[in-house]
Amino acid sequence: MKAQDWRPSASIENLRRRAQILAAIRRFFAERYVLEVETPALSHCAVSDPFIDSIEAAYAPFPGGPSQPLYLQSSPEYAMKRLLAAGSGAIYQLGRAYRNGESGGRHNPEFTMLEWYRPDFDDRALMDEVEALVCGVLSLPPIRRVTYRALFQEQLGLDPLRATLSDLKSRARASLDVAMEDDDRDSWLNLLMSHLIEPALAGQGAVFVHEFPASQAALARLRPGADGTPVAARFELFIEGMELANGYHELTDAAEQARRLEADQAGRAALGLPQRPLEERLVSALQQGLPDCAGVALGVDRLVMLALQTRSIRDVIAFPYDLA
Amino acid sequence: MANYSANQFKNGLKIMLDGDPCTMTDVEFVKPGKGQAFTRVKMRNLISGRTWEKTFKSNESAEGADVMDRDMEYLYSDGEMWHFMEPATFEQFAADKNAVGDAHQWLKEQDRSMITLWNGNPISVTPPNFVELAVTETDPGVKGDTAQGGSKPATLSTGAVVRVPLFIEEGDILKIDTRTGGYVSRA
Repeated sequence: MKAQDWRPSASIENLRRRAQILAAIRRFFAERYVLEVETPALSHCAVSDPFIDSIEAAYAPFPGGPSQPLYLQSSPEYAMKRLLAAGSGAIYQLGRAYRNGESGGRHNPEFTMLEWYRPDFDDRALMDEVEALVCGVLSLPPIRRVTYRALFQEQLGLDPLRATLSDLKSRARASLDVAMEDDDRDSWLNLLMSHLIEPALAGQGAVFVHEFPASQAALARLRPGADGTPVAARFELFIEGMELANGYHELTDAAEQARRLEADQAGRAALGLPQRPLEERLVSALQQGLPDCAGVALGVDRLVMLALQTRSIRDVIAFPYDLA
Repeated sequence: MANYSANQFKNGLKIMLDGDPCTMTDVEFVKPGKGQAFTRVKMRNLISGRTWEKTFKSNESAEGADVMDRDMEYLYSDGEMWHFMEPATFEQFAADKNAVGDAHQWLKEQDRSMITLWNGNPISVTPPNFVELAVTETDPGVKGDTAQGGSKPATLSTGAVVRVPLFIEEGDILKIDTRTGGYVSRA
């Protein structure tokens, strides 16, 4: 470790700008009567998503005593939904989220996430609100909306809902040198999205991509798309090719929620990934009744990166993981 | 050599791909919020010079290449091989035409170049950014025309031909930028 490593990677000027943006976010929600909440960073349960690895901590009743694993939360989603089911009304949280192994130009294993939920909103109404917040901070013009399907057709000339697995493979291999032998359509769609479409969006300002394939619903509900094919009521906001926010018209069906948790767990087993305790209390909360609502998570560090026009997360956080 | 997993990749790391040593010139971690992580790398094949982008899954790994860069003094060419010496150890290395490539036109005895060794053998030669070479042949200089534009070809002691201003004469020593092959100034 070098002696000069004590210094922050972000300039004090950048941190001042960051503080102004955090204040603007809190003001935005205060004016709209959305309640700020704080939920635990540590939980007995971990996210089920096979592609998000939780960081494990050890809780011991006394130093050196028998410990039990707790998991640093990769997002406050489960806990915030339990608050919604308990009657909180509209809520937001501005806090730290943790994801193992995520480090790079746009990633730090701990990062600041803004997550909020709006009872009686659907994904379209929530896109309006995301737009109001983001355009206010970044002074952007109105944001274009395009369906996932139309975006693939426009950028790659293929229909992501109809294309066969071999169509997807050959399209990817035509442009990318990658040793992937996966037979999961979504792996290939994700590869095309992150390696070909995102870079193509880099020169296009802000764009909402909505109506994801049903297989990529995560915790969004499904609804029929324009031609009757089921699509997920899910959207993502990309700005200059960078993924900034991900939102859903939330799934409220407890049985379906339980099925998706189990499906994720089975997916983890198939990939040889660690099996971690599932948040059954989320299923119980949904059984009690989650209000019809939409929710979204937004990467605050990336929002600050865009405001400061920098390509590196190191410029907007005081001490990234290698200096922490 | 050590094996490196994708999360250890960084700029300048040398790995073996399809039997050739390659260097990483840009490493980017790609991870959508939903979906698996990849490491996208701009690669350069150190033998062929080919550059391209390669995507690794996060659980992939690659074998390190025994490649190192060393500063060496240029000694002479025997017409087939170019001979270099490591000044500290007096150890000598001979680089062939493929390894020397276009660098041969900037090599002057006793100048230091960077020699890239793979398994102990030179695979590329990078001359210093600037070299000073004498003009051996050019049309006569045009007096009093130092400020005007216009240029002419000049042959240097190494055989390289560069565009120079009209006032340059045979015997002048010129400073050349080897990265562009362009004239900089009289030395």
